[in-house]
Amino acid sequence: MIKFLLEKEFKQIFRNKFLPRTILMFPVMVLLVFPLAANFEIKNINLCVVDNDHSDYSNQLVQKVISSGYYKLTSIAGNSKKALNQIEMDEADIILEIPANFEKDLVREQAAHLLISANSVNGTKGGLGSAYLTGIVTDFSSEVREKWVQSVASAKFPAIEIISQNRFNPHLSYKIYMIPALMVMVLTMLCGFLPALNIVGEKEAGTMEQINVTPIPKFVFILSKLLPYWIMGFAVLTIAFGVAFLVYGLIPAGSLGTIYFFAALYILGISGFGLVISNYSNTMQQAMFVMYFFMLILILMSGLFTPVNSMAEWAQYITVFNPLKYFMQVMRLVYLKGSGITELGTQFIALFCFALFFNLWAILNYRKTV
Amino acid sequence: MKQFLSFVKKEFLHIFRDLRTMLLLLGMPIMQILLFGFAITTEVKNSKVAVYDPSKSIASRKIIERVNSSRYFEVAKYLNDPAEIEHEFREGEIGLIIVFDENFETNLFHSGNGHVQLIADATDPNTATAVTNYARSIIMDYQQDLMQGMKVPFQILPDVKMLYNPQMRDAYNFVPGVLGLIMMLICAMMTSIAIVREKEMGTMEVLLVSPLKPIYIILAKAVPYFMLSCVNTVSVLLLAVYVLGVPVAGSLFWLVVLSILFVFVALSLGLLVSTVTQTQMAAMLISGMIFMMPIMLLSGMIFPVENMPLPLQFLSNIIPAKWYIIAVKDIMIKGTGVSSIYKELIILGSMVVIIVSISLKNFKNRLE
Repeated sequence: MIKFLLEKEFKQIFRNKFLPRTILMFPVMVLLVFPLAANFEIKNINLCVVDNDHSDYSNQLVQKVISSGYYKLTSIAGNSKKALNQIEMDEADIILEIPANFEKDLVREQAAHLLISANSVNGTKGGLGSAYLTGIVTDFSSEVREKWVQSVASAKFPAIEIISQNRFNPHLSYKIYMIPALMVMVLTMLCGFLPALNIVGEKEAGTMEQINVTPIPKFVFILSKLLPYWIMGFAVLTIAFGVAFLVYGLIPAGSLGTIYFFAALYILGISGFGLVISNYSNTMQQAMFVMYFFMLILILMSGLFTPVNSMAEWAQYITVFNPLKYFMQVMRLVYLKGSGITELGTQFIALFCFALFFNLWAILNYRKTV
Repeated sequence: MKQFLSFVKKEFLHIFRDLRTMLLLLGMPIMQILLFGFAITTEVKNSKVAVYDPSKSIASRKIIERVNSSRYFEVAKYLNDPAEIEHEFREGEIGLIIVFDENFETNLFHSGNGHVQLIADATDPNTATAVTNYARSIIMDYQQDLMQGMKVPFQILPDVKMLYNPQMRDAYNFVPGVLGLIMMLICAMMTSIAIVREKEMGTMEVLLVSPLKPIYIILAKAVPYFMLSCVNTVSVLLLAVYVLGVPVAGSLFWLVVLSILFVFVALSLGLLVSTVTQTQMAAMLISGMIFMMPIMLLSGMIFPVENMPLPLQFLSNIIPAKWYIIAVKDIMIKGTGVSSIYKELIILGSMVVIIVSISLKNFKNRLE
């Protein structure tokens, strides 16, 4: 019996003008466009310099800042008011203001002040921009110190040398971080939205009534609605792997088997969620809106764009019930770090529970009588 | 006029009777503000740290204590073997591992160079950079304290000032974007669906034969959504100010003018969509794909526009929300005067004119 039902579902999918193309194009488009736009990398910070000192040292400092590569010198303002105006016009992001007597203070008084003002409407940009700049200034002062102190005396200071190392993504590329997570988003959108629209579609078209009068058991009916999306999910995932490899040269560090295994669980869960929603909706518009509402919350709270650890504590508790979060973790861990199944125990249990929960709900809730 | 008002009343009834959708429409902005205000942040706090400290010295323990007591970190694990590092990262909990030298303390005080290694999980580049920077500054602070008593020559002391957003809260950056997103959702998406629904159900025919001019029928459809978005704008602003603590630094009057102008842009877009589509499904997909996605991605709401490759930056110029968000940031957060947003006002204004004239040209009095 299930064979015929599946045949019907696949025929419906392939006869639709729109669906097969979406299944093919959507992952490709998302993976091509999103990583380009979804970029938090902080670079090209526009710098405005106010140099009231015009000395050797102030020049050297400005040169050092520019050659660091983080900053783009957009203007040299005559006074701080003009510089502030630049920030208001969004032409500069950060001001480095060197006061008069900077060199004199540094050499005679052994300590000089300078002012860094960052536009922090975008907190991350302002924070990182001023942190880099402070770092460069500190470097500069120790360079100056070395030059002078060598000649003065061999005074020894307890110094700590800090070596930092960036694991798994040494070039700090944001794309690499986003791609595995974007695959999760694509899977969620396709395998969540389409089943949600499917049963409601049958309700609206009136064909649901016809199925209800057949001897098909509930379980078989729901299964026949789930399986096509399950298979479709694998196809979408494979396309996404292909794009990631061909366009970005990204190969998973862990095994593909692990990813497919978790994907199998995840797709079952999220399609089940879609079916639950379509059970409760009467029109496609309703199903669409409810799904949109949940998707927005689930995606924003999954750690796709911003880390879960940074969220407010109550928000972190809510994310315990977010299946996207777990699969997002799995994808990033396996793809980028090569984690194996033994290291992903929590995620396995969580995804397994979601799949079981939503599908049971969908089956129990589905009523043949309207 | 009386006829027009009764049409408006009919549209309101349409909205009020679909309780679920109306609740979503009014609840969505509140949800989004709460989400963006509390959940969506890139600030690093309580990042989990593991320590490998073979020196087991007083100096290293003091550093670990300082790291643990800072609000950015929480020391979660002590490793016994450097081989565990790889495994810790693979479990995904730990964001940073601090590795001390075996002779850390001796080296620090006698030869003047103790070694500390900061190994960050750089799969998320920004968090890695931030975490490394914070840990570095904690260790440097410790070193600075050790040197107290000895006067360090040639110091440059930078005074850092964070303009407009001293606590660096992400909410400042998101609130304007949420405003833009919600108005687009309500005005463009809902208006277009409402008009197309009449076409799909066949009731458009009935409306078109009524004595009211077709253009008024469309205007009557826009009025309730205009009111709804005014309600939502007010609720978003109230939530932003009183719950998130984002101030309205500039003039409230111009903020309102700007928002109304943007609502007009969104309404005219909705009108345009309704003239080119025949089914609700198509209207929904077009507004979803062409309006919502680009706003999330390209308007600078979440991701900075200047990071994008040039073709995308160029594309972002035709997105009305981008200009709206820039102007709201100027007025609401930076508190600059109206003179700084002339450009945005003019761009939004001309967008309304262009879109309305295109859709009027497309608008048909007859159904084919």
